[in-house]
Amino acid sequence: MRFSIYRYNPEVNGGPYMQEYQLKGIDPSMMLRDALLRIKEQDETLVFRHSCGEGVCGSDAININGRNGLGCITPLASLKQPIEVRPLPGMPVIRDLVVDMDRFFEHYRSIKPYLVAHDPEPEVERLQTPEQRDRLDGLYECILCGCCTTFCPSFWWNPDGFRGPAALLQSWRFLADSRDQATAERLSELEGPYRLFRCRSIMNCVEVCPKGLNPAKAIGRIRQMMLKHIL
Amino acid sequence: MSSLRKRKFDVLVIGAGGGGLRAALQLARVEASVAVVSKVFPTRSHTVAAQGGINAALANALPDNWHWHMYDTVKGSDYLGDQDAIEYMCRAASHLVIELEHAGVPFSRQNNGKIYQRPFGGQSQNFGGEQAARTCAAADRTGHAILHTLYQQNIQARTHFFDEYFAIDLISNGDGIILGAVALEISTGEPIIIEARCTLLATGGAAQIFRTNTNARINTGDGMGMVLRAGIPLQDMEFFQFHPTGIAGRGMLITEGARGEGGYLINKEGERFMERYAPNARDLASRDVVSRAIATEVREGRGCGPQGDHVLLKVDHLGEGVVARKLPGIRELARTFLHLDPANTPIPVFPTAHYTMGGIPTNRDGQVVAPFSLGPEEAIPGLYAAGECACVSVHGANRLGGNSLLDIVVFGRAAANHIADHLQHSRYHLPLNEESIERALGRLARWDKRCDGESVAQLRRELQQTMEHYCGVFRTKDVLAEGVERVLALEQRLQNAVLTDHSKIFNTARIEALELENMMEVAIATVCSALAREESRGAHSRIDFPERNDEQWLKHSLFFKQGRRLDYKPVRTKPLTVDSFPSKPRVY
Ligand SMILES: Cc1cc2nc3c(=O)[nH]c(=O)nc-3n(C[C@H](O)[C@H](O)[C@H](O)COP(=O)(O)OP(=O)(O)OC[C@H]3O[C@@H](n4cnc5c(N)ncnc54)[C@H](O)[C@@H]3O)c2cc1C
Ligand code: SF4
Ligand code: SF4
Ligand code: FES
Repeated sequence: MRFSIYRYNPEVNGGPYMQEYQLKGIDPSMMLRDALLRIKEQDETLVFRHSCGEGVCGSDAININGRNGLGCITPLASLKQPIEVRPLPGMPVIRDLVVDMDRFFEHYRSIKPYLVAHDPEPEVERLQTPEQRDRLDGLYECILCGCCTTFCPSFWWNPDGFRGPAALLQSWRFLADSRDQATAERLSELEGPYRLFRCRSIMNCVEVCPKGLNPAKAIGRIRQMMLKHIL
Repeated sequence: MSSLRKRKFDVLVIGAGGGGLRAALQLARVEASVAVVSKVFPTRSHTVAAQGGINAALANALPDNWHWHMYDTVKGSDYLGDQDAIEYMCRAASHLVIELEHAGVPFSRQNNGKIYQRPFGGQSQNFGGEQAARTCAAADRTGHAILHTLYQQNIQARTHFFDEYFAIDLISNGDGIILGAVALEISTGEPIIIEARCTLLATGGAAQIFRTNTNARINTGDGMGMVLRAGIPLQDMEFFQFHPTGIAGRGMLITEGARGEGGYLINKEGERFMERYAPNARDLASRDVVSRAIATEVREGRGCGPQGDHVLLKVDHLGEGVVARKLPGIRELARTFLHLDPANTPIPVFPTAHYTMGGIPTNRDGQVVAPFSLGPEEAIPGLYAAGECACVSVHGANRLGGNSLLDIVVFGRAAANHIADHLQHSRYHLPLNEESIERALGRLARWDKRCDGESVAQLRRELQQTMEHYCGVFRTKDVLAEGVERVLALEQRLQNAVLTDHSKIFNTARIEALELENMMEVAIATVCSALAREESRGAHSRIDFPERNDEQWLKHSLFFKQGRRLDYKPVRTKPLTVDSFPSKPRVY
């Protein structure tokens, strides 16, 4: 099986290059992460992040044959050879497949990703009907892998201004929560031409989310809510 | 050394899983300056993978109270758990779960709007009666929901994070007082000294020492390795939990919640075999019991598949609706890794290394304790531990499902409270002992050696295979003795292992080498403790000593690295306020 992998170590390389690798005796039902680990056994200098191996920790988002995805749940059989693996697009590369995610997390932090409640806390749990709770499905499961945001053209063009699909999905996660009481603050934080409204509904985010989430829809919901709020 | 970067905080928390984050949150409330160091971004910590839920006797679904929860935990521990700590945990549970809800955890809900609770293994009403439903769940993604919420709360509290810093070793004043740690900034390869008046280890479990396991790659027992090197023992390391339902041959976990929702196990004859091993609790008996039953079915030729090497977990009879709503995460896992939909097809499963019951010995306040000169439980000044790396011990010889997420929030908070108190009394930083810094740096420098030698990956693989083979579900003296020899031989070979990558920036090969050293320490402690304990209790099943032996072995083991020495200390059988639960034969 043939691989072409983006390599760059600023300590030794003047610039990035693609390196070819071959692996023999690979079972195509294996995941891409397993193959990268095999390659690393031959060449210790190849660097990538990974941890859980089952698509829940969000460590190993990479660009695979031109699409963002998680190495640990991408079966080799699904990929055309040579399998081209690159770091997430639009992010500063630290080394090989490892990118600097700081800006991604800054946007996440900026949307105040925590429940805000002003009422005094009851002795018991706050009640929430199963239907109210259902509204959080498809939102809270985000693993902050960054596949969506780093595949969004609006983010490439406005990396500082536009919050990006992952952060906006989380903003909606709290707006949609019947327990949250910061609706007005959350909406006003997203006003202006960039933070929310740079989304051009290009749907790249939905296409690549490895958890099957739909940030574009969440963004639409925030827009609707904002309109209602203004009226 | 003077050129090293240095930072000073009141408290250093090593680990940003549920345990570390809960502690940091508590400390933020008392305005202590806190540094949280994690080798991965906090939400990548393995708490994220916990599926089934967290125990608390809320009695939302069925009658319940903390005292029943306590009874089940003591019995589940095969009476090795410390009953004072267990009482403390079970009493605190409801309050802390409610607090998690207030903090925003998206728990699933019952029709009346309360937190959804499901039955889990080893749970009973009324001290051994009917099945209880005590496990509070956010679908089958409870760990994810809790970890993200705790991280979010820490964002609000403006906790100071050192993300992607790898802690190498503890540092001290040379007189036994722990004063922080030396860590490596992974992205630059630069070491840094983090000084602190109190240090809390919350580094998680170590199931990576076994080949097939449910754990993340990062669960390498680093905190346990650090403690052993500091001359402090590890407690009860022979008790390693094998979860009954890992995906056969691969290891990913299928939550006990699958059985809690009504799933059950069958052998190749289609027989619901748990009825033979645990006539009352059946598929919801304790994990050690179910794992042994599966291993026995396979050994006696009733396994499924062409190799007869697994059994099947059925949930298809529950209907698509229940699988989609209550078990979406395991459905996704089965689809991805097995190309099957559990709503139609049973899942092949086999016992898989899962949870480290043993660990760093602590008291109820999270203080690390060891026998030195003043008795069996002398507190080590400045050092705390909480979560899976610690051994309080609330899980004893066998942990109940849903009790670990509880353990991490209860004792993460308890440790923080004690630390906050301690900070009131010790206002100043003590001078560091240079030697302890040099030792930590020496661990790093050792990997700069450039010559021929074996690779870390090779040794890691052999270690994992050896542990699986010689220290698995069923154990005997001969097999364990050979295991000890083999692991020690690997330790020797590790001295001569080398790296081929000597670069600084994001050198993950170096990190894996440091992790392997920790895994080696933990593996030695595990197999040596297992060889010494000549009885069967909880997860430790000796074919040559099939009975529990309270007379000789109702005691905790303590393994010291120096001289590979074992010592023992009594179990705390006296609870805080209620009567103790005397040891009884354990039937489910
Ligand atoms: C698949 C799975 C499912 C589970 N399901 C449940 C369940 O349903 N209910 C339940 O109660 N329990 C469950 N458990 C157990 C429970 O999830 C864990 O025991 C618990 O989450 C451990 O939390 P922790 O905070 O102690 O450690 P972890 O969450 O493992 O965090 C460890 C932290 O330490 C850091 N760290 C480690 N070493 C270093 C180092 N050298 N330098 C810097 N940082 C370091 C890591 O980066 C990480 O942040 C499950 C476990 C697994 C594996
Ligand atoms: S839909 Fe919006 S957020 Fe998603 S990729 Fe397109 S522009 Fe980006
Ligand atoms: S929305 Fe999906 S792609 Fe985006 S960060 Fe979350 S899990 Fe990853
Ligand atoms: S390794 Fe955790 S998501 Fe892939």
